[in-house]
Amino acid sequence: MVKSAYSFATKKEKIEQHIIVVWVDNESGVLARVVGLFSGRGYNIDSLAVAEVDKKKNISRITIATSGTPQVLQQIKLQLGKLVPVHQVANFSRDKKTLMREMALLKIVSTKQKLEKAKKLCKKYKYTLLDKTEKSFVFEVSALKKEIDILIKKLEPLGLASASRTGVVAMTKGFEVYGKN
Amino acid sequence: MTGAEIVFKVLEDRGVRHIFGYPGGAVLPIYDELKNHKKIKHILVRHEQGAGHAAEGYARSSGKPGVLLVTSGPGATNAVTALTDAYMDSVPIVCITGQVPTHLIGTDAFQECDTTGITRPCTKHNWLVKDVNKLSSIMHKAFEVATSGRPGPVLIDIPKDVQFQKGKYIKPKELKNNNKINIQFNGQDKKIDEAVKLIEKSSKPILYTGGGVINSGPRATEILRELVSLTGFPITSTLQGLGAYPGNDPQFLGMLGMHGTYEANNAMHDCDLMINIGARFDDRITGKIDEFSPNSKKIHIDIDPSSINKNVKVDIALVGDVKFVLEKFVHAIKKKYPNFENSNKQKISAWWDQIGTWRKKNSLGYVNSKNVIKPQYAVQRLYELTKAQDVFITTEVGQHQMWAAQHYKFDKPNRWMTSGGLGTMGYGLPAAVGVQVANPDKLVIDIAGEASVLMTMQEMSTAVQYKLPIKIFILNNEYMGMVRQWQELLHEKNYSESYTAALPDFVKLAEAYGCVGIRANKPDELDGKIAEMLSVNRPVIFDCVVDKVENCYPMIPSGKAHNQMLLGEQDEGQEISDEGKVLV
Repeated sequence: MVKSAYSFATKKEKIEQHIIVVWVDNESGVLARVVGLFSGRGYNIDSLAVAEVDKKKNISRITIATSGTPQVLQQIKLQLGKLVPVHQVANFSRDKKTLMREMALLKIVSTKQKLEKAKKLCKKYKYTLLDKTEKSFVFEVSALKKEIDILIKKLEPLGLASASRTGVVAMTKGFEVYGKN
Repeated sequence: MTGAEIVFKVLEDRGVRHIFGYPGGAVLPIYDELKNHKKIKHILVRHEQGAGHAAEGYARSSGKPGVLLVTSGPGATNAVTALTDAYMDSVPIVCITGQVPTHLIGTDAFQECDTTGITRPCTKHNWLVKDVNKLSSIMHKAFEVATSGRPGPVLIDIPKDVQFQKGKYIKPKELKNNNKINIQFNGQDKKIDEAVKLIEKSSKPILYTGGGVINSGPRATEILRELVSLTGFPITSTLQGLGAYPGNDPQFLGMLGMHGTYEANNAMHDCDLMINIGARFDDRITGKIDEFSPNSKKIHIDIDPSSINKNVKVDIALVGDVKFVLEKFVHAIKKKYPNFENSNKQKISAWWDQIGTWRKKNSLGYVNSKNVIKPQYAVQRLYELTKAQDVFITTEVGQHQMWAAQHYKFDKPNRWMTSGGLGTMGYGLPAAVGVQVANPDKLVIDIAGEASVLMTMQEMSTAVQYKLPIKIFILNNEYMGMVRQWQELLHEKNYSESYTAALPDFVKLAEAYGCVGIRANKPDELDGKIAEMLSVNRPVIFDCVVDKVENCYPMIPSGKAHNQMLLGEQDEGQEISDEGKVLV
């Protein structure tokens, strides 16, 4: 007999990466409700981005990068849908149908030579040089999450002093529009 | 109108007649206003958890939302267990809490706590009201949320200054009750047709019903009974669904799950079609999930879309209110297969024969004794001596709860109030208080364990104050019986801390509270003592001294499937002597 009042998990299912987009009333505590649901039910949050997108209607758009089995992902969507301030939930798969971007601010403090090298590296992506001193550069880079991961890894030996990232935001391609309400 | 006045205006407009509560600094303006509202009766409890469970008992036995009013800080935190309980068991509760004045929020003021933060995961929604002009709309919304869709608790946190402030009362144009749920259940006709096809094909069907049927209201119970007679299918029920279908009916297989009957669990395992009506595939029901009903098609009717495919994948999901879905269901069967009742008999007769074989095991049987009261016998006698009346039963949590579920037969909904999801010891006594308030002339019995009941015993004082003649029927074995049982079966009989030494004398305790105490020690005096209890029109604590080491069977051990039940001590490999033992 198993020595527990509960049974043990036996099945292992494949974990998928998804992006959940939630349209919510921009009111006090709403983010805590969404995030609390994730932590309370043991769902993962890989990254989170949130801001108001409709000032008139007070609607915020929350973009959550998450991972889980198909069953868990379905639960996330349905559980979020039950929250009172939630208007709509969309589940974007991380594939070619979805546009995804993450923005990063990257500060390099280094020698002139290394700063120039860093600049060259950033050229591969759309970048803006936001601030510049003789010892430092601050770049703004907008790219896919994994591209920024790679860039950061490469910038580290060149004197990357600080990195700030927004987390991924996403939108579907084409004329299809989610969250029209 | 002040905030406090607005609170009562909303309660009056919502038809609230009773509130359960406990005053304190941060709700005094609301308590001050109470005197001006004679239509609303306040029941003063002895602990806020008691107020919560009483509100639950009130709601579950009446179908109306239960309301509780407590103060900030400890008042709110004490209510958390009851809110969580209501959340797990889908009970509509509106909890009004006082809060420190808005300018003190966040300063660690006296009796301040982050009430909305603490109760966020255990309510359907909660609100901190910072603007008195929003109070009425928030409160009306709170009632809507609590009672619509899958019901549940909500909380409104009102700072003390908002209770004093003057504001506008805005009555909603209509008192709405639904949100986010397709209440009429339209547009799923195709799925209904598919489901009806499965019903026609099935030769080993079973209906598995839950609390959703009760929550859907009396019409759901009626139409369920129609469905059962129309199909001739066997029906089993979860703990929370008891009473939706008559417990004595031959088509009823008894409760299923961990302590369900042998026939119900085997039928669940071997069926080819399972129709889940308002239940949620809880882990106490499914046992080992990988081996749960491996060869069946599954239809799931639930008002909560997130209940679908959460634990068990189903073939057809019908999301909607049980009564509306069943209405369509029955209609579709009648239309497509007129005379189904007779045409189907042949097809499922072998299935009924199989069920009959399982039934012969008499899995609820036990070895009775002439010397000690067996707890099962006590519940059976209680049932036999009260079944002629319209009885409301509450329970605590543990062995006594399971014996009550197994041996007390319900034939009406809203008569059985028990803490299933959260499993809250101490639920039954305050719940009985609430049930009695909602049903003043009815017989209300809390079938209790001595350990559970001590957790909220203080509410006897409430029962005495309001002359609520609740009967607390304690199956006293001096152990936390279910803990002891698990320790016996799983932890080599290491009875770690499950024995309660120095229990109070419950008869004297009853007298101290100003109610009646009765004790039964021997099986032959049980009937007389129960009759005595029933003849008293006052609260009673009945100390039924039962066998200390009786285990609750049948039982699906953890990690096992439905067809691997333990039926009793025989299965534990122990010998039972025949002497003086009668199989009942």
